[in-house]
Amino acid sequence: MNDHISQQFNAELEQVKNQVMIMGGLVEQHVQNACQALEEGNTALAEEVIEEDYKVNSLEVSIDEQCTHIIARRQPTAGDLRLVMMIVKTITDLERIGDEACKVARMALALAELGSSKKQYFEIRHIGNHVTKMLRSALDAFARTDTESAFRTAAEDQVVDKEYEGVMRQLITHMMEDPRSIQPSMNVIWAARALERIGDHSKNICEYVIYLVKGRDVRHVSLEEMKQEVL
Amino acid sequence: MNQQTTPAIKASLPGNSTELNLADEKECLQVNNLNLFYSEKQALKDINLVIPEKRVTAFIGPSGCGKSTLLRSINRMNDLVDGVRIEGSITLHGDNIYDRDVDVSALRRRVGMVFQRPNPFPKSIYENVAYGLRLQGINKRHILDERVEWALKSAALWDEVSNRLHESALGMSGGQQQRLVIARSIAIKPEVLLLDEPASALDPISTLKIEELIYELKSDYTIVIVTHNMQQAARVSDYTAFMYMGDLIEFGSTDKLFTNPEKKQTEDYITGRYG
Repeated sequence: MNDHISQQFNAELEQVKNQVMIMGGLVEQHVQNACQALEEGNTALAEEVIEEDYKVNSLEVSIDEQCTHIIARRQPTAGDLRLVMMIVKTITDLERIGDEACKVARMALALAELGSSKKQYFEIRHIGNHVTKMLRSALDAFARTDTESAFRTAAEDQVVDKEYEGVMRQLITHMMEDPRSIQPSMNVIWAARALERIGDHSKNICEYVIYLVKGRDVRHVSLEEMKQEVL
Repeated sequence: MNQQTTPAIKASLPGNSTELNLADEKECLQVNNLNLFYSEKQALKDINLVIPEKRVTAFIGPSGCGKSTLLRSINRMNDLVDGVRIEGSITLHGDNIYDRDVDVSALRRRVGMVFQRPNPFPKSIYENVAYGLRLQGINKRHILDERVEWALKSAALWDEVSNRLHESALGMSGGQQQRLVIARSIAIKPEVLLLDEPASALDPISTLKIEELIYELKSDYTIVIVTHNMQQAARVSDYTAFMYMGDLIEFGSTDKLFTNPEKKQTEDYITGRYG
């Protein structure tokens, strides 16, 4: 990517790529903090996640604008074009992940207000750790343009979905046993749902990485087919 | 625990945009109410424009829109045309270049020009670059050597020709000849470099090399370029002027003009709807 005759074009692509990594790092931290806030009933941390979301939003707008300028001024082709296209899509998913982190943080605040026991949140700790790891691997796969790692990370989404179903079942049982637990349980379900969505968005990013490297669109195909594209 | 705000995040926040803005620029050239007639035909109609210093400004527009005429007015190349009549003024750092007492050859030392077809002299590579310096009366060998090397390096040509400086310039490729002509222009250290379709006779790779050179040169020179190739204007310039039938339709930052032009006419032209 660094061998264009135009050094300026190199610099522009490099910069926009770096900014995606910065945005990814920020979003990752928000997800982590939101989960921690939920687990520990830390309202200050939850509020911080919600307040800081504007940074993610403004990075999305700014990266989008830079991509528009690159398309208008450089007419990127082939790998450069795929890079710009995948960045535009990736930042949309990253911004959504930021929003999901806010949802988790809001549930943390609601649960803290209800004063419910903390042991319930244990169920979603696992799913939280899992999607945080998925997000980090997806960003790593992008940074290293590593399709195999992208594929492995995308495959993880099925596991997250299973975990989400497990959490749902558990909470439904809970609510049937004790109707007083319905309100807090619903909040936990919303948080689990938000985390599950983060897994989906991370998977999307992995698909864009495969598109970037292989030039094949692997959205809406089975894992088997995706595997064939990667190998 | 407050998350740190990195410079990249700060820069992305609203109101911290690094987009170029004409109002923040130093003025190099100012065109005031410029009208130009070739006999009866009016080629430029009341042009007003400020060209910022140490930036690349591109003139685009369909054939016959007056962009080359405007470029040539900047170092008075139109004076040579029969029946030409010029009204208004162009100032270079405040001096009106159309004043009666202006020495045109002194002006052209301050404002260099490169044409569409490379026009090296039938001399050696070295003598081509040294030509303007000799005209200025510089004949000391070590000064010439130094300036020739500097100019060829600035024009990104030194590595390709350093071992054949005394061979004829006519044996070079078109792209090399064009960079040689640019080296010849900058050897005398002008303030402004005018480029009239500098890459239209070159292949795509030589074109990109010239564009990269333009980018390098703008830290030292004010560059004004006329090009038929809109994409080239988008790639190399900081500011773009769109002209049509002798009128200046729109002038602004290239980023703005190519993503969100003010005028419908500009949009139609850059999106290939007429012209």
